[in-house]
Amino acid sequence: MSQRLAELAATTDLAADPVGFASDPWWLILFKAVLVFAFCVVMTLFAIWWERKVVAWMQMRIGPKHVGPQGLLQSLADGVKLAFKEDIIVKAADKPVYILAPVVSMVPAFMAFAVIPMGGQVSMFGHQTHLQLTDLPVGVLYILATASVGIYGIVLAGWSSGSTYPLLGSLRSTAQMISYEVAMGLSFAGVFLYSGSMSTSTIVGQQGDTWFAVLLPVSFIIYIVAMVGETNRAPFDLPEAEGELVGGFHTEYSSLKFALFFLAEYVNMVVVSSLATTLFLGGYRAPWPITAVWDGANSGWWTLLWYFLKVQLFLFLFIWLRGTLPRLRYDQFMRLGWKVLIPTSLVWLMLIATVRAMKNEGYDYRGIVLGIAGAIIAILVLSVVWDMFRGTDDEEEKAKAAQPPPGAPGAAEPFDPMAGGFPVPPLPGQELPPVPRRAVRRAEPVGAMVGNGNGTGSADDESATDATDKEV
Amino acid sequence: MTAHGYFSTYALVGLVLLVGGGFVSVAFAANRLLRPHAPNVEKLMTYECGVDPVGEGWAQTHIRYYIYAYLYVIFAVDAIFLFPWATVFADPGFGTTTLVEMFVFVGFLAVGLLYAWRKGVLTWT
Repeated sequence: MSQRLAELAATTDLAADPVGFASDPWWLILFKAVLVFAFCVVMTLFAIWWERKVVAWMQMRIGPKHVGPQGLLQSLADGVKLAFKEDIIVKAADKPVYILAPVVSMVPAFMAFAVIPMGGQVSMFGHQTHLQLTDLPVGVLYILATASVGIYGIVLAGWSSGSTYPLLGSLRSTAQMISYEVAMGLSFAGVFLYSGSMSTSTIVGQQGDTWFAVLLPVSFIIYIVAMVGETNRAPFDLPEAEGELVGGFHTEYSSLKFALFFLAEYVNMVVVSSLATTLFLGGYRAPWPITAVWDGANSGWWTLLWYFLKVQLFLFLFIWLRGTLPRLRYDQFMRLGWKVLIPTSLVWLMLIATVRAMKNEGYDYRGIVLGIAGAIIAILVLSVVWDMFRGTDDEEEKAKAAQPPPGAPGAAEPFDPMAGGFPVPPLPGQELPPVPRRAVRRAEPVGAMVGNGNGTGSADDESATDATDKEV
Repeated sequence: MTAHGYFSTYALVGLVLLVGGGFVSVAFAANRLLRPHAPNVEKLMTYECGVDPVGEGWAQTHIRYYIYAYLYVIFAVDAIFLFPWATVFADPGFGTTTLVEMFVFVGFLAVGLLYAWRKGVLTWT
């Protein structure tokens, strides 16, 4: 063990330097801690602006443009505005928990940042120091732990609001986050197999030659999917499904407490992006073509740039997903998590463990086996994820095909909109009475309305809409 | 690394917690000074979805969330066992035996997951 550590120390520049993480003077440590907070807040403001700009661009709009150059200060203005708003604590709320919940949600998000290596060794006020606050031997496990504490914030927020939709939203959110945390943890185990360490700085040091994203493509894909689910972002933003749950767990929140939830969400996005960078994309190390032509790329403050660019890449991925994909249904979402991601990552983990054991025993066809198996599993995962999104169309088409054309005698079962005394949606096989306005656009065959039992009413409505159309 | 160095790395985590607490306190204090405060009965009513709420807000929830929480606990413990194993896996002295042991362990878990699957627990109804 100690021999391997010595080898590690020789190969990684981080471990090779004599400056430990704890040898900084206290004021520098405090400065770095405050700097981490400042970085998170600035990144949040920037990410919100960037998200609005990119989504606007994808939707052929302009986006925010009035506050500051190119609307850059828009999110700052929004944040200040929220602090000026009246703070309403509803009567039904459990007050202490209600106030505590946004804090419990936000502080762990910042705490996770303590172990993220944002850069290599730099000179700060004449001291040689790392651009990383602390280096725990169980760094990645610590991030998982803080993420779990953050979930408490959401549960407590929903529970303490004393309102139905926040409670449902928080339960959804919790079930979602714990489901995807399992898949996330299993994808980490693959990285530990290769790095032999849970320390984030050692993992970065181990990726000097090859990124783990190349060595562990399946773990990488699973992590990417799990990371979006973990942060409640589109297409997995079910806890905030506006059409179903109003605002989700933060419906009853206002003023600064609402802003804290918003901050927590975006800081979490930055944290999971940083973690993806650290574990799979070589952390703060420059990508290959740059290191080939420029030796100094991996030294000093330049490392911060590479880290920043890689994190922005992941943030852009988040925004891109939001701009392009529709929200999943909850059953589809849980199916993807439990029936695809978790079994796949278990199989993949045991596969790479076997291959590594065989390599240690002296077998040589490791590359071939791993390459082929990795490719197969990567394709499988991608195809299943693809099916998740495409499947809805198929089901709809099938449902359409199964339904006889409207107007056929006896085609639809009678639909009682107040079955059991409650307003209910139509069940499969039942058909809603046609909406009058739609009928105008859809040139239906003569007598189409007869089979549905309210022909006269619809006809009247139709003529009414026709009249209004003409007026316009 | 000395014992002092080891614990001080964790002390730094505590420092971040303190800075976080300070951040929140300052923000809450500033918010208290800046915001207007004019509550009335209408405002203090639960918003829910905009319509005046009927009955209790704490609705009964479905048992299926509970089952997922159970499954999570199983797999979280699994991860706790997997991480140290993965960390020392390639070290000398941990060979094929270690691998076989983990196969047995993961095999048990896989059977559990398959059982839940077959029972239809994983199907969201």
